[in-house]
Amino acid sequence: MLLASAKKLRSFGIIGMNQRNFGLISRYNPRHLYPLVDDKLKTKLLAQKAGITVPKLLGTVEYQHDVKLLKEILQPHAQFVIKPVKGSGGKGILVITEHDHNLYFKPSGDSIQLADIERHVSNILSGLHSLGGKPDNVMIESLIQLDPVFSDYSYEGIPDLRIIVLCGYPIMAMLRLTTHASDGKANLHQGAVGVGIDMGTGHALHAVQYGKPVLHHPDTRKTFSELVIPHWDKLLQLAAACYEMTGLGYLGVDIVLDRDQGPMIIELNARPGLSIQVANAAGLAPRVAIIEALKTINPDPQSRAAYSKQQFATNAGMYPSRLLRARSDDQEL
Amino acid sequence: MSPKLRLYILVFLIMGLGIGLISYKHFALGFPLSPDDKKSVWTIEAKIDFIARGDPVIVSFALPPQTPNVVFMEEDFASTGYGFSELASPAGRRAQWSKRTASGPQTAYYRLSMYETDQFIQPPIAAADLPAEPEKPEFDGVLKTAAITLLDQVRSKSANTEIFTRELIRTLNSNTPDQNQRLLLNDQSSEDYKTHLIIHLLASEGISAHIVRGLYLNEGRKRLSLTNFVEVYIGGRWLLFNQNTGENGKPKNFLVWQRGDQSLLDVIGGKNSKISFSIIKSTQSTRNLAVRDSISKQAGIIDFSIYSLPIEQQNAFKMILLLPIGALIVVIMRLLIGIRTSGTFMPILIALALIQTTLLTGIIIFLTVVGTGLLIRSYLSRLNLLFVARISAVIIVVIAIMASISIISNKLGIDQAMTVTFFPMIILSWTIERMSVLWEEDGPREVFIQGGGSLLTAVIAYLFMTNRTIEYLTFNFPELMLVNLALILILGQYTGYRLSELYRFHSLERRDVTGKR
Repeated sequence: MLLASAKKLRSFGIIGMNQRNFGLISRYNPRHLYPLVDDKLKTKLLAQKAGITVPKLLGTVEYQHDVKLLKEILQPHAQFVIKPVKGSGGKGILVITEHDHNLYFKPSGDSIQLADIERHVSNILSGLHSLGGKPDNVMIESLIQLDPVFSDYSYEGIPDLRIIVLCGYPIMAMLRLTTHASDGKANLHQGAVGVGIDMGTGHALHAVQYGKPVLHHPDTRKTFSELVIPHWDKLLQLAAACYEMTGLGYLGVDIVLDRDQGPMIIELNARPGLSIQVANAAGLAPRVAIIEALKTINPDPQSRAAYSKQQFATNAGMYPSRLLRARSDDQEL
Repeated sequence: MSPKLRLYILVFLIMGLGIGLISYKHFALGFPLSPDDKKSVWTIEAKIDFIARGDPVIVSFALPPQTPNVVFMEEDFASTGYGFSELASPAGRRAQWSKRTASGPQTAYYRLSMYETDQFIQPPIAAADLPAEPEKPEFDGVLKTAAITLLDQVRSKSANTEIFTRELIRTLNSNTPDQNQRLLLNDQSSEDYKTHLIIHLLASEGISAHIVRGLYLNEGRKRLSLTNFVEVYIGGRWLLFNQNTGENGKPKNFLVWQRGDQSLLDVIGGKNSKISFSIIKSTQSTRNLAVRDSISKQAGIIDFSIYSLPIEQQNAFKMILLLPIGALIVVIMRLLIGIRTSGTFMPILIALALIQTTLLTGIIIFLTVVGTGLLIRSYLSRLNLLFVARISAVIIVVIAIMASISIISNKLGIDQAMTVTFFPMIILSWTIERMSVLWEEDGPREVFIQGGGSLLTAVIAYLFMTNRTIEYLTFNFPELMLVNLALILILGQYTGYRLSELYRFHSLERRDVTGKR
């Protein structure tokens, strides 16, 4: 069958776009807080203030005439990432892994010249990649080093972990793995693999590529059943702490693991997408209901992370247990 | 009060107001709901001929009374060299032509255009219309006996005044008249004589009645004369009786010209006066008639409406008032179906352009311009330009493409392609720019999804916006916008799944089935 029945999806607790916009984003995310997360520079400063590790800022470009200075800024760094400050959905991100005189190499091995980078930067400044086409700034960050745990699960890129945080409680997590098809980007639309993660242990539950289940990484052929995310407790606490940091009630926290510096927050998202439900083969609605049923929000991120870990844990390996669903159905009543 | 309840109250009010205004215009002002609604408009010409004797001439002619059931669109009076005035008297309106001296054959014209409305309003009876107690007429010897016999005969067969009247008329008109009837009707039984006989007979029974002259509206008839009816006062209202058949009620397509016993035509200073009527029927759109009538009546809702604007502005509004329909389509397509479009309301603008160019030509032109634009834009991207400069360059390129399409198609004799100018170029340029960025970042697949989505939405919006009935309704019932607004407010509350999400999440459903096994 090509179409699912709406009744069934509802019984699984799948949240649709309209409900996300209405029941989650507009209810929990006050508009005036958006700039905190839409402006990655602000997010970075905020995170640093909160003592959260972020990729090191190598430089910024604010005006078109500063584009000339790019050569100087880039000179000392062999590896770097160029990002639009107000970009969305990973648009306009340029990763350079190697630098040899005038040639810069992308993760795919393609080489580009300084002029190409300058044009890219000037496009960003003109607002090509920003929300609503507004003029933008450019930030240059240090490159994240791939953590060896993921080396078998990623192709030409850094996998990132998306954790949905509702009112400070992490409720669902997904690991996005880069593939050849996704051109080294951790973007599910372009063919990255989404792996649902057990909130209790950090084990992989289930994986999808292009919305269809897969059992192993398409490029490295490694099965996902052995995939475990290290420092799981730390990651959950990190995500939970973003609630205090931004004040946004419905938040997508993107975390990467750096080989040398450990977990880092690379981006926060006030309008996280819904693919996470497909990757987890589970709906968000029951988990939202559990959090919404709480009378008070625990002020301590660590206790919140512990609560989520215990509350949303799955014990059934690759497939989500029906226990969780049964319990959540009760919650909905 | 919860926001949800507040919204529903608001929606209810807006919807109620919209529907209320629409019904008012439809039922009270007679605006039809369909553009094809037509009405017969009758043009009646009364021609008055007489021979003047060389003295001062005064012609006085009874004019039909205005009632709520008929609308007089136009009245014309013409007669060369005569002074004219319209007089109102308790007995009805009269036209008066006058001249100091005239001799020889003279003619005066009265022309009336009118149509009947759909409403059946019983006009309240004015105090002046209330009949006085009828005077008992005096019949001469033989006639008196005949009348008494006839009345007794009829009275014995009837239960009330209405039946009595009908029975009386039937008996007088019977095919096998007995002696009394023949005597009463006389040999000189003209129409007028018969009418007066009936009125007299009714009067001697104490029933008030008067003569009504009217005109049957038949198409293309010439030299018609007025038909006599008898109107009888029964139970507080006047009832019309056909004096030849006894049927009561006003016949269809019948115009009451004159009530009461005044003369139809008086000519002072002339002889051999005669009057003849001719009728022409024309069919007109009910909507035009309603607008005309409402403007002349100065109905507030029409007086302060689009109709009061100059025609040019009205035409502009015809287009603008279609936009809400397009907006509704976009809301449905995006919120219920889940079609992705490039830019929220770009599809409406494309649809507007399609209205000007016609569907197929428009789509071909759109695809050609955007396709060529994308090719040129991909070259521009290699030239290392700043963003603003690049989009400006794209605008110029778009204009060049549009010009070439126009010129080439003109040379080839394809006239339709010249309508390319109706596409707003800023929209085209912006589309090209967005599409090429999309192409670079997300690949051609996304370009086709979003481009196709926009075009599909535009085509559906176009089909709705060019629908004759919708076009008619949006322009003539701008109140429909309120209903539309209420619908959009309700749709804004929809938190269920979009159709596209049923596809997006369909793998979840399948997995669950296997999981349960």
